[in-house]
Amino acid sequence: MTTDAQTLPLYPWTDRNRECPLDPPPEFTQLRASLRLPYVDMKNGHKAWLVTRYEDVRAVLRDARFSANHDRPGFPQMGPVDRAVRPGTFAHMDPPDHTRLRRILAPEFMPKRVEALRPRIQQIVDELIDQLGNTAHHVDLVESLALPLPSRVICEMLGVPYKDHQFFQDHTRNLMSQATSGTASNSSFEELMSYLDRLVTLKAHEPGEDILSRLGDRVHDGTITHREAVGMAILLLFAGHETTANMLGLVILALLKHPVQLAQLRADPSLISGTIEESLRYLTIIHTGIVRIATEDVTIGGQLIRAGEGLILALASANRDDGVFGDPDIFDIHRDASSHATFAYGIHMCIGAHLARAELQIAALSLIQRLPELRLAVPFDQVPFRHDMFIYGVHSLPVAW
Amino acid sequence: MRISADPGKCLGTGNCALVAPDVFDQDDEDGTVTLLRAEPPGERLAAVRRAVLQCPSGAIRLTEQAG
Repeated sequence: MTTDAQTLPLYPWTDRNRECPLDPPPEFTQLRASLRLPYVDMKNGHKAWLVTRYEDVRAVLRDARFSANHDRPGFPQMGPVDRAVRPGTFAHMDPPDHTRLRRILAPEFMPKRVEALRPRIQQIVDELIDQLGNTAHHVDLVESLALPLPSRVICEMLGVPYKDHQFFQDHTRNLMSQATSGTASNSSFEELMSYLDRLVTLKAHEPGEDILSRLGDRVHDGTITHREAVGMAILLLFAGHETTANMLGLVILALLKHPVQLAQLRADPSLISGTIEESLRYLTIIHTGIVRIATEDVTIGGQLIRAGEGLILALASANRDDGVFGDPDIFDIHRDASSHATFAYGIHMCIGAHLARAELQIAALSLIQRLPELRLAVPFDQVPFRHDMFIYGVHSLPVAW
Repeated sequence: MRISADPGKCLGTGNCALVAPDVFDQDDEDGTVTLLRAEPPGERLAAVRRAVLQCPSGAIRLTEQAG
């Protein structure tokens, strides 16, 4: 019986764990314990090996024989339709192109640069929370805080002029919104691309201290092309916005659901760093995983992966591996969660990780300190979760105080 | 212990600087690793091991001496 004649299990599974939407699907637990890697049908024409154990996920991500190049024939893209890699999208490239592009941005996101941004992030958070107070004591936290915060931060880091912030926010908001029709979000994408295109050109002539100016310099000296610079800018916008926004909604929800720990955090703000690391582990918003393709035959988890075969790295499963995290299904802000797989590993490890941490730490702590009576305004089972989106989160988080 | 750091392999991610800022710094221009102490005191071993583990590019190497 050939592989083609077998019915492969489908992946991803359409709903998160029904018992608790903050947990990954229960199927992962059995898979981690099994001796085989399942080969799955990705429902879009692609098939891939599903890697669920922490050590196997790490092994793949650190092994240069597994490629992230989405243009390789047979690359197991997750979306409904395969897309060619846009210039500048270094997350979907291998060395040397990946290296050339990533190195330009790396200093902008390093820990000490992010530390210097903290006061500004705090100011933006304070302004957004001030505005919450002006409404009738209940709001959708996603709309009012979780979405605008990362958008405003990336706006400033890129160097979008203040007069254009509203334009930028509105179109970014459209891109991320579930409710936007296909046409509206395509047109917002075109508007942003076109805007960033003009801004990169402008910055090349009148550089400032921001990311777009830095990209403009590199276009000028020939390290990258203009199209690559625009592509990198839009990548930062996409990568840094929806992820952080969704995390913030879920972090607040997780804290509200664990009131004893919420009280501990309020009493001892130094716990915020551990709280956010544990939240990153426990919530793993890249919940269907990330993808790679083998360029040589390699054995992973006892399974021979042949050159040209695809892999899905189930980060959410790795983060619940009890070989690494004791009682992994318990949310515990006091544990050391720092080896979590949420930002992945290897050369594509999230470039925005330090920034994400800073935004989440500042926003979560400020919110719970300034709104001590913060509570859900709807029953937990009525909170709408983004089960069918690639990036997990909540569509809205109605809270009151 | 003895640490070596290769700026040529370094991608400037900064995990090392986050985990052990007394041992690792980053160049302000390009973010590549600067080794502040090649032979830090023994109590820093756990932190340095973590830095090696979290280095995405294998730019940092650790030799642990016996005794």
